[in-house]
Amino acid sequence: MNKDLNLVLAGFGGQGILFAGKVIAYCGLIENRELSWLPSYGPEMRGGTANCSVCLSDIPIGSPLVLSPNALIAMNLPSLDKFVNTVVPGGTIIVDSSIISKKVERTDVNTFYVPASSIAEENGLKGLANIVLVGKLFKELGFCSAETIDAAILKCVPASKAKMIDLNRKALELGINS
Amino acid sequence: MNERVLMKGNEALAEAAICAGCRHFFGYPITPQTEVAAYMAKRMPKIGGTYLQAESEIAAINMVLGASSAGVRAMTSSSSPGISLKSEGISYIAGSDLPALIVNVQRGGPGLGGIQPSQSDYWQATKATGHGDFHMLVFAPSTVQEMVDLVFDAFDLGDKYRMPAMLFLDGMLGQMMEPVILPDPSSRPVIEKPWAANGHQGKRPHNIIKSLYLEPQELERTIIERFKRYDHIKATEQRAEEYLTDDADIIIVAYGASSRIARSAVNTARSMGIKAGLIRPITLWPFPVDIINKNVENTKAFLSVEMSMGQMVDDVRLVVNGRRPVSFFGRTGGIIPTPDEVLEQIKAINGGM
Repeated sequence: MNKDLNLVLAGFGGQGILFAGKVIAYCGLIENRELSWLPSYGPEMRGGTANCSVCLSDIPIGSPLVLSPNALIAMNLPSLDKFVNTVVPGGTIIVDSSIISKKVERTDVNTFYVPASSIAEENGLKGLANIVLVGKLFKELGFCSAETIDAAILKCVPASKAKMIDLNRKALELGINS
Repeated sequence: MNERVLMKGNEALAEAAICAGCRHFFGYPITPQTEVAAYMAKRMPKIGGTYLQAESEIAAINMVLGASSAGVRAMTSSSSPGISLKSEGISYIAGSDLPALIVNVQRGGPGLGGIQPSQSDYWQATKATGHGDFHMLVFAPSTVQEMVDLVFDAFDLGDKYRMPAMLFLDGMLGQMMEPVILPDPSSRPVIEKPWAANGHQGKRPHNIIKSLYLEPQELERTIIERFKRYDHIKATEQRAEEYLTDDADIIIVAYGASSRIARSAVNTARSMGIKAGLIRPITLWPFPVDIINKNVENTKAFLSVEMSMGQMVDDVRLVVNGRRPVSFFGRTGGIIPTPDEVLEQIKAINGGM
């Protein structure tokens, strides 16, 4: 039995928060697990903050709204401030440190600082910081197999943007090695 | 068996409606149901169906009335304020003995309210959608898969009983993605509609579809006949899921999104040694009176959990009829109750017993 993943991803609208959540949700689908993906919707999608809850489990999922995540990906400061204290003790926080300079004060969580936006930009992957961070989460939590996450990217990138597949793969790899 | 796919609730229910043979969709955008209309706008032209964005919700529901009169499967979808606008047309549909699928992806009210998930249209859906003596079938799914399955049932039972059916959701279920297997449409029986006002080339007397009866005796007779059908539905179509009710001291009654939160709270309560259970109404009309009733003797207390100020709790109290205490917990205005809040209620009731 794999460990449950109760993940919150949060950042600005346009950073690919919902897409990153979808990649992880597809990992659950491919491995035939129970899963849910719940976006924030409404005005925050139109330029403000966006967040998304993803659950992966081996038993049916109760509330799809994750209030006490065991993993958090934060892509801007307001999101980190909003969710940092909701993470359960022992949980994992991944911070895009090229956008957020603040450090997490909590000592009961595992925090990883990844300059994802800078990494993406330096490697010609502008806009794929989200997938760099997914790569880091994958490395730290191993919530699915390597084959699965690759298959999930193939599922999520639309056929009309096939050239994005390799870019997403590269972003994932950079995240894993960060 | 079809493949397990990942779909958003609103899109899955739209695809299910197409699988169920619906080729006529009339809508008007409103958050959080707009994906239903957007999906239909994309799909209907490709399969020879009709997608029409009406000039208003009132126009859309009356287009559904017209299409349904011709014997085709027709639907509309909206969210709370839009359903209020459609309520006149729904009353006309019921008064004309027409089937129709109406989807309500509820948001917080009253008035324009908010756009976040809510269950505060329970009274409207089950008791007073529009004017006059009538009911509609009301289905309350709690997962994307169940949403898909109930679309088929809503169309089939609506056709069978010649009455409108509502798929009663909320913004959370509409917006979330879950794995779903789309059913195979060929497994469903075709329901004949000899009453339809469609072309008959002079081969039979013409059918008239109307809700106007100026003679009170005639109007009373049509209503009494309709209520005999309602009695049959109440006797045969009640549905609810029971979860850990067998030995439960405290039974939560909750539907849709709030039932998912309630289930998490029940599981935590059980792990603490509190015997909690859940009855999850799947049909809100007919209300699952029998399933609640059979649990009254063996339990000690009921708790209705809703995303409203307490609406379904009235129906729970009617069934329990003073034999056990019935309490209520809810959040409203777009706030989703947390499993911890529900657990606190369970603990309080347990402590007081």
